[in-house]
Amino acid sequence: MTALVEPVAASAAMPYPYRVVSRRVDTYDTVTLELEHDIGPLPAFAAGQFAMLTAYGIGEVPISVSGVVDSGDGRARRLVHTLRAVGAVTKALHATQPGGVIGVRGPYGTTWDEPSAAGRDVVIVAGGIGLAPLRPVIRAVVANRSRYRRLTLLIGARTPADLLYAEELRRWGDDGVEVGVTVDRPDDGWTGHVGVVTTLLAGAQVDPANSVAFVCGPEVMMRFTARALVAQGIAAERIRVSLERNMRCGVGWCGHCQLGPVLVCRDGPVVDWARAEPLMSVREL
Amino acid sequence: MTDQVFGRVSAHPFFARLTDQQLAALSGDGTPVAYGRGERIFAEGGVADRFWLVEAGSVALDMRVPGRGDQIIETLIGGTVLGWSWLDAPYRWHFGAVAREETATIVFDAASVRERCDADPAFGYAILRCFTPVIIERLQATRLRVLDLYASPAQADRAEARS
Repeated sequence: MTALVEPVAASAAMPYPYRVVSRRVDTYDTVTLELEHDIGPLPAFAAGQFAMLTAYGIGEVPISVSGVVDSGDGRARRLVHTLRAVGAVTKALHATQPGGVIGVRGPYGTTWDEPSAAGRDVVIVAGGIGLAPLRPVIRAVVANRSRYRRLTLLIGARTPADLLYAEELRRWGDDGVEVGVTVDRPDDGWTGHVGVVTTLLAGAQVDPANSVAFVCGPEVMMRFTARALVAQGIAAERIRVSLERNMRCGVGWCGHCQLGPVLVCRDGPVVDWARAEPLMSVREL
Repeated sequence: MTDQVFGRVSAHPFFARLTDQQLAALSGDGTPVAYGRGERIFAEGGVADRFWLVEAGSVALDMRVPGRGDQIIETLIGGTVLGWSWLDAPYRWHFGAVAREETATIVFDAASVRERCDADPAFGYAILRCFTPVIIERLQATRLRVLDLYASPAQADRAEARS
């Protein structure tokens, strides 16, 4: 079950200015920004939710949260977003340097609700930049390791140079996470797997009857992955995917992100596969 | 040895559909073989006279590209099968295969298995029913990779311009 979080009316339509306090270059077109503001406590973002990020004067785009940093007192201090320079807005956000200001609205949408997977195996399958929205889930499970059983993380990337969070991947492996990585196009130095991410499932130690899966990536990749997970015996209700549509208002008012009966910004982005499958199989929906 | 091979073949998921009788017949054509890291298992263009159950480790399928050396097409991990060019004439490998790490396998004499398939159509059909899902799965995986799903629009445009 994914959790629905009601939007906060005061933050629903107005972006607040946040300062970029750090900018880490992840790949040639992807950066991770840490954002801070000076107007009270940070809104309560949860894993799976997204914010509308504004590049002032250009536009705004929905970007999932990829982390929340607190300073040790349990109070969130910084919002973390990993984003890829694709269009005009994301290129402007990507180029924003520390000290620069961007607008933030949110949090919006449903959460991964990883606490509900307590007591089970956790299987996380990420494709490309789909690892970014799953990063808070991985961090939460690693931080509360005793609450969960085995944690398996399977990642597909285009090339080795496109892999996100290389340092964290090593750390998670050291922390006992079973990490599998595969790429579509290896370079000369690549010694890992080559092929689609679903091929890694065959080698994963998974107890299908007692697992919860979290999947994020391009829609086609999620479709194939979810089907492979179902074929392995994981119930569709225990497979969660993150839908992507053209979110605009963020709170279900404008209808831009309608996917059949679902308004992705409000009823998603995280939904279970039992709900997503019939929608994804409708052409042009 | 045959009992040992039977046990290992029976435990391998690839032949899970076979009956004990079929597994016993097949095991007679199998031999455990281990490969060291970097060891070539077969080369593109060679005679496809064997196939392997990969039990543990991993194997890279590769192809020689002029000017670029051996390019890895795909890697296979434990729990799957390596080699199906033995199923159909001209019985030549279309790709090469190299162990990427210590790899445990069971290798089968393909000509002998083909003879069993010809002599016993029920056995032959059962063998094909084991191979067909893997062939379909790898075809679908290849099609997905052709789509270049993880490419940014700029990367996709560049790839299209090159093609």
